[in-house]
Amino acid sequence: MKLLRDTSLIFQRQAQLLLRNPVWILVGVFQPVMYLLLFAPLLKPALQVNSNAEAYEIFVPGLLVLLAIFGGLFQGFGLIAELRAGVIERSRVTPVSRLALLLGRSLRDVVSLIAQAVIITLLALLFDLRVFIGNLLLAYLMLALISLMTSALSYGIALVVKSEDALAPLMNTVAQPVLLLSGILLPLTFAPGWLQGIADWNPFSWAVNGTRALFRGDLGAPDVWQGLLIMAVLALLAVLWAAREFSRSVR
Amino acid sequence: MIETRGLRKSFKSRQGREKKTIEAVRGVDLDVAEGEIFGFLGPNGAGKTTTLRMLATLIEPDGGSATIAGADLRADPGEVRRRIGYVAQGGSTWDGSTAREELVLQARLYGVSKADARARTAQVLEAFQLSEYADRKCQTYSGGQRRRVDIALGIIHEPKVVFLDEPTTGLDPQSRAHMWDEVRRLRAEGMTVFITTHYLDEADALCDRISIMDNGEIVASGTPSELKREISGDVVRVGLAPGSISAAAQALNAYKIETYDDSVRLFVEDGAVAIPQILRALDAADVPLGGIELRRPSLDDVFLTKTGRSLRES
Repeated sequence: MKLLRDTSLIFQRQAQLLLRNPVWILVGVFQPVMYLLLFAPLLKPALQVNSNAEAYEIFVPGLLVLLAIFGGLFQGFGLIAELRAGVIERSRVTPVSRLALLLGRSLRDVVSLIAQAVIITLLALLFDLRVFIGNLLLAYLMLALISLMTSALSYGIALVVKSEDALAPLMNTVAQPVLLLSGILLPLTFAPGWLQGIADWNPFSWAVNGTRALFRGDLGAPDVWQGLLIMAVLALLAVLWAAREFSRSVR
Repeated sequence: MIETRGLRKSFKSRQGREKKTIEAVRGVDLDVAEGEIFGFLGPNGAGKTTTLRMLATLIEPDGGSATIAGADLRADPGEVRRRIGYVAQGGSTWDGSTAREELVLQARLYGVSKADARARTAQVLEAFQLSEYADRKCQTYSGGQRRRVDIALGIIHEPKVVFLDEPTTGLDPQSRAHMWDEVRRLRAEGMTVFITTHYLDEADALCDRISIMDNGEIVASGTPSELKREISGDVVRVGLAPGSISAAAQALNAYKIETYDDSVRLFVEDGAVAIPQILRALDAADVPLGGIELRRPSLDDVFLTKTGRSLRES
């Protein structure tokens, strides 16, 4: 099938370029590890929980979702460099599937995010975090959907604005309220009612709740399927929109 | 091989608060025959690149029709893409990849199998004398090497027509001559080559036929020698001190004349007859002469008579 073939061509190319420069793994893991070492110890007293393990159950899922959101949102910068080099135009004169131009790139982002997530989960195990493997895999699915959405969104926006100067402030402006309103660093159970009300409208807040439930071992919690469903629908919309931007004229 | 009728494109642009519609291409008719090198000559901003990008399916025309290598541009852009190659002006290589990787990928994006893509890449690298550098990253290439990789990327799938947008801009004279040879080789292999250029000598020396474009419209078409023949007679260029241009123009007002900062150009029936008369007229008006030159009309003179401007100045 043409779409699969084209997607895998673009994916292989992007993955090859990423692997050629393995510094990203260190950079990508360094910050979250700093959070684990320097921020997480504050949590046990702050959250008034009984053990470090319990604090990590709350904190690690939030950290992973944070990574998925931010990792995806900033992928557009690479695309702008490709636009400038003429690589995108060169692809667009070929009969390659436009959806594949997006999916190949976004799937590379998803795979590299999951690699980071695995490293962080393994490190957190050293800090007494315990989670069932089945639940963990579902949590990774959630992360994959989040990063698919945010990376597609970022690519689409990059194609529209076409300049780093516009993309950077835009992404920061979007990311900051999303971050604060999702209860990523501290759960919103501590938030006053009005703040919780606003957070309910933030889809990422549902994703964080779902991921936390999975790390808690509460597979039956409605947060889980609700979070997955919301992320799946938004990821689909973002992919369709961004693919349309790839097929539209790029002047 | 390429036939367009009334191809049009306009862009909206904003200057301050004012919204303006810029008619970049205003009804272009072209007929390019199979196996020729067709040149699109015109100053920057004439609409050459916009026309080329429409023909290469990168932007959609506002109106008009085009058939390229037997496929209809408006109805079936996918089929056009399969049959053409396009080489953009700004280049198309990724610094971190090697020429071989880029070529294999490009062939595969056109649907070529892995083994065939590798074989073709080796052939093309050889033909473009790139084998030596093929496994180095593109960031290490010289301007001329990079441009050869760009062209190789445009023809890796053996298209019937290849569009080259200003292929020699920014190259040193030697690389330029080399590029002309490459273009001739593509024609020898049976490809139809459509190039844009703002170099007069390039259009003259390289192209079998040209269209001259200015301000979104085609102002003349034909072989370079046909176009030059249209301007009957000779061109006499009279060099003058900057202060005496108007006096000279006055003295020579019997001729068809164009004035420049340091010279005037006269279009005359027969240079040998005209030159003594010109000298006498200037002498009678007491205009000091800087120099005088007689030549056959060039494409620049064609451009000048069609548009009232010199291509060198625009």
